[in-house]
Amino acid sequence: MFVRIATSAALAVAMSTTAVARDYVSIAGSSTVLPFATIVAERLGRTYNQKTPVVESGGSSVGKKGVCDGIGTEFIDIGNASSRMKTKELEYCEKNGVKLTEIKVGYDGIVVANSKSGEQLKISLLNLGKALTAEVAIDGKMVANPYKKWSDIDSSLPNTEIRVYGPPTTSGTRASYAEIVNEKAYCKKDADAKAALKAAGKKAKTCRAMRTDGAYVEAGEQDNLIVQKLQEDPKAYGIFGFSYLDQNSDTLQGAELSGVVPTFEAIGDGSYKASRALYFYVKHQHLGVVPGVEKYMAEWTKHWGDDGILADAGMIPLGAEEAAEMKARMTDLPVLVAADLK
Amino acid sequence: MTDRPYQGLDPQKAAERVAASIHLRKRKETRFVWLGKTAVAIALGFLVLLFAGILSKGIPGLFQYYVTLDLKLDAQQLDPSGQMTAESLAEGDFDGVIRSSLYQALGNPEGRKAKREARRLISSGSSQRLMNYVLDNPDQLGSTVSIQFAVDDDVDTFLRGLISRDTPEADRRISNQLIDYIDALNAQGRVSYQISDYLFFGSASRDAEMAGIRGALVGSILTLLVCIAIAFPLGVATAVYLEEMAPKNRLTEIIEININNLAAVPSVVFGIMGLAIFIVAFGMPRSIPLVGGIVLALMTLPTIIISSRAAIRAVPPSIRDAALGVGASKMQTIMHHVLPLAMPGMLTGTIIGMAQALGETAPLLMIGMVAFIVDVPGGVTDPGTVLPVQIFMWADFAERMFIQKTSAAIIVLLAFLISMNAAAILLRKKLERRW
Repeated sequence: MFVRIATSAALAVAMSTTAVARDYVSIAGSSTVLPFATIVAERLGRTYNQKTPVVESGGSSVGKKGVCDGIGTEFIDIGNASSRMKTKELEYCEKNGVKLTEIKVGYDGIVVANSKSGEQLKISLLNLGKALTAEVAIDGKMVANPYKKWSDIDSSLPNTEIRVYGPPTTSGTRASYAEIVNEKAYCKKDADAKAALKAAGKKAKTCRAMRTDGAYVEAGEQDNLIVQKLQEDPKAYGIFGFSYLDQNSDTLQGAELSGVVPTFEAIGDGSYKASRALYFYVKHQHLGVVPGVEKYMAEWTKHWGDDGILADAGMIPLGAEEAAEMKARMTDLPVLVAADLK
Repeated sequence: MTDRPYQGLDPQKAAERVAASIHLRKRKETRFVWLGKTAVAIALGFLVLLFAGILSKGIPGLFQYYVTLDLKLDAQQLDPSGQMTAESLAEGDFDGVIRSSLYQALGNPEGRKAKREARRLISSGSSQRLMNYVLDNPDQLGSTVSIQFAVDDDVDTFLRGLISRDTPEADRRISNQLIDYIDALNAQGRVSYQISDYLFFGSASRDAEMAGIRGALVGSILTLLVCIAIAFPLGVATAVYLEEMAPKNRLTEIIEININNLAAVPSVVFGIMGLAIFIVAFGMPRSIPLVGGIVLALMTLPTIIISSRAAIRAVPPSIRDAALGVGASKMQTIMHHVLPLAMPGMLTGTIIGMAQALGETAPLLMIGMVAFIVDVPGGVTDPGTVLPVQIFMWADFAERMFIQKTSAAIIVLLAFLISMNAAAILLRKKLERRW
């Protein structure tokens, strides 16, 4: 009897809620975009007399997949991502009949940092790849990374043990780091590595694996935890997003990568290589159905400038030209097609 | 009668042997007692460490710095159309009033840069606070009042002494000029350190100084209400049926085993099920406490069923026999005698289940309640989040003041949990009967 009452009550509630259209924007995705998306959402709620958008976390893949899951108010309107959509992911969208527009909102730098009381690391991206990739090329073979100290790689580097705290495999920061440093800067650039990979019949993609012998320590998804560890241990280094370095600039210093120090300007103009673009994907079918989606997009343009609040929170702004192009996209709404992603 | 020689041990020798081994036995006993005491001491030590850590970090989080400004509430400037409604006040220039008062307190700084630094002193949400004040006190319009505004999160971190003056200017988020301004306000006695009203009455915000737990607290309460409304009646009914009515056969045995298995299912699985059934199949909106409550109810159901069955089993059979003996029906026996006597145990189980549900985030991830939600939910179908999610999100934000806010939120969550558990103990003490 109880079961019957409960199920019928649940069903009744379900019926009544489906009839009510959602009156707030629903967003989900990358935890790197989240701090910035929430700032925009909050400002939107404060400026207009309407409900504040709900921003869910979950990771880039949740954002890209979630927005493509289907059409209807039970699905999210906007997906955030710190990596661009892949053709496969777009195919899933097309299968579900979802049309998207891609908006790039800014950049995020990935920094290698340590405590100011320790020695600043000045290292080339290639050597950084050697330090943390699981397998490196020695005598024409890919072998388990033997380097114990930074100075084993290059005598100009600090004579301290390699100990780097970084995010786990679920993190987008980790994925970008592995792709930029391990794969592109080391395995695809270093002649020895290229030869050794060829000899072993392996693809450069396999280099994305990080060391597991204790030199690279997975410190959990929380970047703040890494920051705390670095403040306690001056000999350790950490990998995290630029905004955390920006907030803790009085105690932490960023490593100089291939001669470039991570600063706002260097990441913005592309001379600091360890950076990635941040995106959101808007579902066309929800425009005009869910109130506020257009306003939410427009709100980004108010804050993403050089002296806007987003830059203050650590997001690297787009260049003027790119910003103008993205702003135009918000009204023109070009549909994202596979050819754009090539 | 032949004298059979005594085959066993000579009593003299036996006594000696026992005497020799007695100290060994005693030593074993003392060792056991000692081990037990160490275990308790270690557990207590960790508890003390945990509480000391949380309290020492969290208590400063309950406070924050405010700056007092004297504001001239000009009716023309704040409410141009003179209607005194939320809409007409939205037209008013609240920022302008605050700014001019701030500049005045700082001796009217000149130049764009100096003014910008001055503006960085107070929270960007100050105009909201002033607007609410005017809405609550419309008669104050036209007079001069002094109101406290929260300082910006960077300034707050500096005032707490977490940013040193000695670090080079380029390396800190506070400029020399800003420090001068802070000192000037301090000298005028305008800066105060008080219990944070934003923490308790504010909702989620990305401005650390304005962030509060109200939205998450209301969300937690709504979610738990839905949870208890579903889980308690269902759980108790299941337990009564299985214990008192159900025939003992294969089918009930399978049900029983499955309930026990369900108690061991990882909580995130319930979230996936909630997503598939309630959101995708039923089309309920994401992020609402109603769905969250249902999912948590399913999660706590096995706990409630198992503890309720134990409580029913603890009611002595003589009670049932007596009731049946004086002519009560099966239903009357259960309703009038067994249930009231088993109730304390059932309630304890339910409250422990609820306490467990209060701390869950994993099942809520799937149904969209792990989210940044600013508006305080007004009902179970408004988007909302819960306390542990709020703590989890604050812990990950880069702004430093969120560290204090996180610890303060943990204190609130712990207080909530402890009061729930205390309620369970009180209920049990009050209603319990020993046989």
